Parts: sequence; structure tokens; C-alpha cells
Amino acid sequence: MAFVKNIVIAGLGGQGVLTSSDILADAALAAGFDVKKSELHGMSQRGGSVTSDVRYGDAVLSPMVPPGEADVLLVLEPTQVDINLALLRAGGVLIGPDVIDPAALRNRKSLNVAMLGALSAALDIGEAHWLTAVRANLAPKLHALNEEAFSIGRAAAVGRFARAD
Amino acid sequence: MTEERLLLSGDDAVALGALHAGVRLGTGYPGTPSTEILETFDRVGGRAQWSPNEKVALEVAIGVAFAGARALVTMKHVGLNVAADPLFTATYTDVEGGLVIVSADDPGMASSQNEQDNRHYARAAGAPMLEPRDSQQAYDYTRLAFALSERWKIPLILRLTTRVCHAKTVVRPRPMDAGPLPEPHFARDIPARVMIPAYAKPAHHRLRAKLAEIEAWNDADGPMQVDEGDPALGIIATGVAAMHAREAAPDARQLTIGMTYPLPMQRIRAFARGCERLLVIEEGDPVLVDSLRVAGIEAEGKPEMYRFGELNVARVRRIIEGDRSPEPKPAPGKPPELCQGCSHRGVFEVLRDLDCIVAGDIGCYTLGVLPPFSAMDSCVCMGAAIGVGLGLRHVLPEAEARRVVSVIGDSTFVHSGITGLAEMVYNPPPTGHVVLILDNGTTAMTGLQEHPGTGRLLDHSPTAKISFEALARSMGVENVHVVDVLDKAQSLSALLTDLLARSETSLVVTRQPCVLAAPKIRQYEKTAEAQRIAGCTATTD
Ligand SMILES: Cc1ncc(C[n+]2csc(CCOP(=O)(O)OP(=O)(O)O)c2C)c(N)n1
Ligand code: SF4
Repeated sequence: MAFVKNIVIAGLGGQGVLTSSDILADAALAAGFDVKKSELHGMSQRGGSVTSDVRYGDAVLSPMVPPGEADVLLVLEPTQVDINLALLRAGGVLIGPDVIDPAALRNRKSLNVAMLGALSAALDIGEAHWLTAVRANLAPKLHALNEEAFSIGRAAAVGRFARAD
Repeated sequence: MTEERLLLSGDDAVALGALHAGVRLGTGYPGTPSTEILETFDRVGGRAQWSPNEKVALEVAIGVAFAGARALVTMKHVGLNVAADPLFTATYTDVEGGLVIVSADDPGMASSQNEQDNRHYARAAGAPMLEPRDSQQAYDYTRLAFALSERWKIPLILRLTTRVCHAKTVVRPRPMDAGPLPEPHFARDIPARVMIPAYAKPAHHRLRAKLAEIEAWNDADGPMQVDEGDPALGIIATGVAAMHAREAAPDARQLTIGMTYPLPMQRIRAFARGCERLLVIEEGDPVLVDSLRVAGIEAEGKPEMYRFGELNVARVRRIIEGDRSPEPKPAPGKPPELCQGCSHRGVFEVLRDLDCIVAGDIGCYTLGVLPPFSAMDSCVCMGAAIGVGLGLRHVLPEAEARRVVSVIGDSTFVHSGITGLAEMVYNPPPTGHVVLILDNGTTAMTGLQEHPGTGRLLDHSPTAKISFEALARSMGVENVHVVDVLDKAQSLSALLTDLLARSETSLVVTRQPCVLAAPKIRQYEKTAEAQRIAGCTATTD
């Protein structure tokens, strides 16, 4: 079958799960891939569990990552790791919040973008596409902070994950 | 075709399609997963407005279409129940401008009180239905729907589902059609628009003739796709389920149907002849498979267990394999809860402590049903709180009747609670009744939309504001109170204890802005004030 990469981002409402998956999807689009992204919005506002699926590749069909077929699971909140593990395929890559040292971040709110930096080390999307997507999805006054967070996350993860191909 | 590739949600794609189709007015009422359509339509430059409810939204749109302009109406699936009355007769009329109704269904109930399948409405009301499978089709079908609506002077339903509305997929937009659309104008056409029996009888015949023509068009030119493959398995699918099916069975033959009412039966028949096993993959009720069977086409449907919830690739694989074994349950996540500092919290603490029987309603405040409150005893549909509360009061023994309170949000009250209040005044139970409007100044549940009680329009600019307390007084409610729940001096508990003991009709408005909306509301008020001052200076200059 044609090449398709499956990523699931999980966390709690208010942590920026949906912004993260928007950034990833935009970066993959800019890199020239077909992209689909899907999540359930409804209750995310009120602190419940949230997951968002992003798939990119030559041609993506269903917008949802089938359970057990995620190549990468990116989890922003420690309590959300176990309940989402079954989404990962055998040999898939789990990136949990422990990859980032919170003390290294100027603002805890940029954890989601730092985590994307870590994710970027496991994917085949150029750094320039990532940074453009980060800027496109955040207000200008947040750009510097989040570009820094992205670099911190990327530096923390480079070499740590096998490419999830 | 332009080279532009946009990554859009289905909702955004509908909004862009409507803009490119020259829609003059978009109306609707918020409801997940449809809400973003009008918000985006406004943001990209369209004219959009929230109506008090879906029925009014459709009626306004019918007026726009009678004036020869294009109208888009958006709602969630249950919204079409509210708008069903105008829908069932609008299809008898001749619309001049295109009229497209978006029904956003929620199989799996990600954020809804039921998972009704609105494909039944197409057949029941005689409204042609288009079902996109992704954002590109959401865009294309929106534009197609307006063209078809005008060609046959008939309202169309564009049925989306949660995974089409909220999934983002690539869209290549097209340039707008050449030539300006006709200017709105009034042309009297009494037999086509005044549905008294004398005109409605021929109008019903016209409707059936239109549908027959549309069916022939669908067979000849309708939107559909055939993927060739191994004839051992033929799949007929619609909507996002067609995408799951392609992924689950890439080697099968597949017919994906875009216009699902009236069906392209000749094409289906021809496709069926080329398959050894014919399987229908559809989310929700067995609507498509039943239609094929009625037409004498031997098709296999999904086992009953897959009627419940949305489909996905894994479930479609199981359907193909005929697997009826119990499905693995996804691990339960953390349930949502009322925000810290939410004004609804204080109300439900009081209702819990007073041991009230609470006829509840739909909104953020429905979360008052969960611990630590567990203070809600019913929730059926928007507006039901008042009627259900009255019904309980009418028949319960007095001691229990006196504990009954109806609780309803501000947006929900405007949507469908006002008639409930009329009922309370008109048919008061012997013990009277107490209604609480939880006025947090917004439609919080669906993402902070304005409504006629906020004094602001869809784009948050100022407009007239309905006063619930003045309305209740004018309707004849005996006791009307406004309290601030966060103000400890104004004891809601003491007030309710007093009102519950009287045999009178009472309305209590608890007023405190939603904590997520409050900073935004302050910003809107500041902007409005600045504009008002600028306006005054401009006129005095
Ligand atoms: C007929 C219908 N239309 C729309 C909805 C979606 N919906 C559910 S509750 C609600 C309004 C909530 O606003 P409000 O009553 O002000 O309560 P809040 O969420 O602000 O507490 C909406 C739009 C629905 N369930 N039914
Ligand atoms: S969004 Fe507003 S109304 Fe809803 S739970 Fe939060 S504070 Fe309460």
C-alpha cells in the first residue's frame, strides 16, 4: 500500500492538542504530502481527554488512525499515556512529556510546541516547514517563545528516536 | 483548476463553497459539529447570522430564496427536528434562489443527545440529499447543491457527519462561476408559494415530478465514483464510510454515491450486476441497504451491532468479515467537567443541597448531572426542561411536586424555552412552579456563540437585547428575580426555599458570565464603546 504515516496526539482539553495537530498537519501539507487530520471537538474545552489523529503520505483515505496502527503516539500529559497505548502499532514510537525538561521552557504553555519539536526528530518533514506552520497557527507575540520551545524539544529528541518509517 | 491547496475542515469547506457560490445570507443555530460553518462564512466575508433556533433560521432562508437570492442554513442533526415543520412544506414550494440546508449528523454522539440518522428526512420531506465524504466534496457539493436547487427550484439537504465536519483534508478551490447572480427581486407567484390545500395539492405532484427528474439526472450525471477491482466483493458506500471502506478493502470494487436521495438506481443496478457479493457500507440506520432491497437489488447490510456508533476502518473490516464478536472497548478517558469558577457550579450545589427534583436541559450545565452535584433528573431535548418540569408537577404528590425545578440555559431559553414559560402561565400546576434560567451571557456549550439575549450579533457587534425578566413579567409570571450566584449576600438557597413553598409561578434568572466568555465579552463591550464614541464624533464634526 502507498506510504502513509500515522500520528496520534493525546492530552487534556486546554493543553493545545488541537493546535499541535494543526501545526503538524500544516507542516506535512507544506512538505507536499496528502494530509488528513481528525478529532472530536465537542468537550475538549472542559478539560476532558482529547486525542487528534494526523495522517500524511502519498494518498490518505480514512481521516482516522485505526487503533493499533499509529506510528507515533505523542502524549502531552502523563495520565493520558496508558489509556492511549493501544493506539500504537507494534514497534511504534511513544513520545511522552518526560522528553522535555519543564525547567528548560520559559513558559509551560509552550510544552505542546516543544513536544512537536521532539516529534519532528522522528518524522521526515523539513524543519523549515515546521517553523512556518508554528508561526501560521500562533499569534505573532507568541512566535519567539514557541520557536525557542520547538528547538528545545527538537534538540532533546534528536538521535533518541529511530525514524518512524 | 487553481494550484492552491488548502487544508480545510469540512465545515470550513462548506463556508468557502457557499462564498464562492454567491450566498447572500447564511442563517443557523449553533450545534456541534455544524457551528463553525457560519463562523467561518462570516470570517471570510459572507453575511451570516444566528437565529433564535433552527426553525426560524430555515424560515428566514426560505424568504431569502423566495426573493431570488441564495441562502445557506446550518444546524446539527437534532436542529432539523426543530426545523422540520417549514422543511416539509418548503419542498412543495418553488424556490427562486438556491436554498441549501446543512444537516450535521453526529453518529457516535461525540457531542449530542442522540445519533438520529437524518437521511430519513430526505425521503420523508422529499428533499434531495448530497453526502460528501471529505472536505473537497464538501466544497464541491455545496456549489453543486446551489446549482441543482435553482435548476429544480427545490431545497436541498447537504448531510455532513462529525468526521466530515471536523476532519481537515486537502481542498482545491475553483474560481467563482462566470457571470453575476441575479439581483434579489420580488416576483409574485401565489400558486407556487402559498400552500393552502388548493395550491398544495398540485404542488405535491410537482414535487414528485421534480424528484423523478432529479433521479434521472443523478443516474446520468450525478456525483459518484466507481473504483474497479476484484468482483468477488462489491461495496456500495456513502460519506466518510466510503473512505474507511477503500482503506479496509482496497482490492474490492466500490461504488461511492454522492447524491443519496433520490438514488441513482440504474447505476446501482448496473454496478450490482458486476459483483459476486454486494455489501452496503453505511453509518447509522440501514437506509441505503433497505432502499436497494425495496428496488429488488440483493444487497447485504451490516450486522445490527454496527448501527451503533460511528464506523472506522477497523469496524468496516469486521463488517466485511461478518465478525459479530464483541468489540474491544476503548479505554475510558477523563470525562469533561464544569470549568473551575464556572457560575453553574454554585447553582447545582444549591439544587443538590435542597434535594430538588431537577428537570434539566442541554448546555454546559448538563454536566450538573455528574458528581459532585448529581443534581439533574432529566434531559431530553432543548427546551424540554420547562415542559417536563410542569408535567412532573401536575401529577406528583404535593410533597414531591414542591421539589421540582426546571433549569435551562440562556441560549436554550431563547431557542425553545419561551413557549414553555407560556405553558407555565397558562396551565400552572396546583403547586405552582419554579424555572431557573442560568444566564451566563453566551452559548457556552458550542463554543461561546451570541444569541438574542446577549445583545450582540454573530460577529459580536452590538444589537438589541431581550430581557428575560421583562419578558417573564409581561407574560404574567408571578415572581421574577435576578440573582448573582457568586454574590454570597444574595442567597439563592433562601430565595428558592421561599419560592418552592409558594403555590405561584416563579422565574429566577441567575446571572454571571461564563468564565471563558467574560474576558471576550469585556473586549466586545470595549470595542463597541469605542465605535460608539467614534460614531458620535463623526456625526458632530
Ligand atoms: C435542536 C438543537 N440545537 C442545537 C443543539 C446544540 N446545543 C446544545 S445546548 C446548546 C445551547 C447551550 O447554551 P446555553 O443554554 O446558553 O447553556 P451554556 O452552554 O451556556 O451553559 C446548543 C446550541 C441541540 N442540542 N439541539
Ligand atoms: S465554558 Fe463557561 S459555562 Fe461552560 S463549563 Fe466553562 S465556565 Fe461553565
